[in-house]
Amino acid sequence: MNNMYNEIVMDHFMNPRNVGEIENADGIGMYGSPVCGDMTSVYIKVDNDRITDAKFKTFGCGSAIASSSIATELMKGKTIDEVLAITTKQIVSELGGLPDAKVHCSVLARHAIKSAIYDYAQKTGKTYAGLAGFNPDADEDDDE
Amino acid sequence: MKQVYLDYSATTPVKKEVLEEMIPFFSENFGNPSSAYTIGYKSRGAVDLARQRVASLVGAKEKEIFFTSSGTEANNWAIFGVCDAMKDKGNHIITTKIEHPAVLNHCEFLEKRGYKVTYLDVQKDGIVDPKALEDAITKDVILISIMLINNEIGTIQPLKELCQIAKKHNILFHTDAVQALGNIPLDVKELGIDLMSISAHKIYGPKGVGALYIKDGVKISNFMHGGSQEHAKRAGTENLTGIVGFGKAAEIAKEHLMEHIDRLTELRDYFIDRVMLKIPNVALNGHRSLRHPGNANLRFDYIEGESMLLFLDVKGISVSTGSACASEETTPSHVLTALQIPIEQIHSSVRFTLGDFTTMEDLDYTIEELAVIVEKLRQISPISK
Repeated sequence: MNNMYNEIVMDHFMNPRNVGEIENADGIGMYGSPVCGDMTSVYIKVDNDRITDAKFKTFGCGSAIASSSIATELMKGKTIDEVLAITTKQIVSELGGLPDAKVHCSVLARHAIKSAIYDYAQKTGKTYAGLAGFNPDADEDDDE
Repeated sequence: MKQVYLDYSATTPVKKEVLEEMIPFFSENFGNPSSAYTIGYKSRGAVDLARQRVASLVGAKEKEIFFTSSGTEANNWAIFGVCDAMKDKGNHIITTKIEHPAVLNHCEFLEKRGYKVTYLDVQKDGIVDPKALEDAITKDVILISIMLINNEIGTIQPLKELCQIAKKHNILFHTDAVQALGNIPLDVKELGIDLMSISAHKIYGPKGVGALYIKDGVKISNFMHGGSQEHAKRAGTENLTGIVGFGKAAEIAKEHLMEHIDRLTELRDYFIDRVMLKIPNVALNGHRSLRHPGNANLRFDYIEGESMLLFLDVKGISVSTGSACASEETTPSHVLTALQIPIEQIHSSVRFTLGDFTTMEDLDYTIEELAVIVEKLRQISPISK
């Protein structure tokens, strides 16, 4: 196998889960741009504060695609509060680790997910503790 | 699994004949070329023969070829050596924005030490406008350094014309010809070059050996200080096996030059045409014909190069990208940036470089896999139409 990434990462890169868009999504989030070298959009369906479906599209390197894939897997079926508590560390650890230089790719997925929930909250007028101080347009480079 | 190596501009495999010629010089004829006894003489003879073969490939005199540890060392030596030797005459260097880091980073190093460096723009096809060079010349310019063939986009510069401008102003001209050696007809006298860097491992020779051509009469300071090797210009015990390998590789390159160029050009054109025919929204970076015979640098809209590289690697195909996603901000290639290609398209660029062991079947396999991979990654892409 490729010696840069482990098998879990390669599997999520080559066979990404939840690729696509959701028509009439309850929330849409986008982060990054092709100019920066990576960009992810996340679509969510919400029922009773629980994520019932999630899909994504990513322009980016292998770890950006794999991170988006596993992050959307992680969030499905969870409550919004649970999803907002997902950290980049968790995404990386679910992937069995990423090379140091690629850890920042997991931030992309998490920020896009938060943005989708933010969009949902805006549309529905709901508030979530996990969104306190969150700005969907801000650069995010903290790692908790 | 099928293995297809399409990164010959990164490095090449050592040819069998080259390796065979090198082997006796590891353990049997291991003598130091500077030693004054029989096995030393044998080594001296082997180094002389290699020098003759390398000189012959580029139209130089034997005494104008100085072996180094790499093309990078040759570039560093040429720039440092001229700047030091000419420090009373001026402190201004002219180069381009698309040089190899071995030139660019040395120029930056000198800038911090008070030298002035002009980095010329290139046109959208990657070619330096001779007029831009002419316009950049001041009375303080002591060196012009412009690469003959670019390593990323394979563009061939109008070197003869550029050298003539340098000559008119009595300025030394250095060229990084690492990618050009053995891939285009190259004659230092005909082009009018004063200094030229070359390397063995790009022409099916071993890694760890390069050379600097210094035209007879050109004065440059030493870079490596020590013993009196290489006519007391480049100290350090000769890399005997490496130099022998370089010589053999140069001999083979000279013997088969036109055949090598014709074959590669045909394969390259086939590859570019087929890829562009089979896959929509693909464009070629760099000039279409003034180009390294084995270079195809293509951009595939809506997808990122590194994910393509990774996918191709899984299929046994080795290529390279200009951009490296290794930090918070993916750094776009400085060469493609200089061509004024939009940054998102720079991130979508992949370099395929073909060589002597590339076959038509390799290319057909690559094109087939490429079409599937591009389609798949475009389905994942949020910016795909």
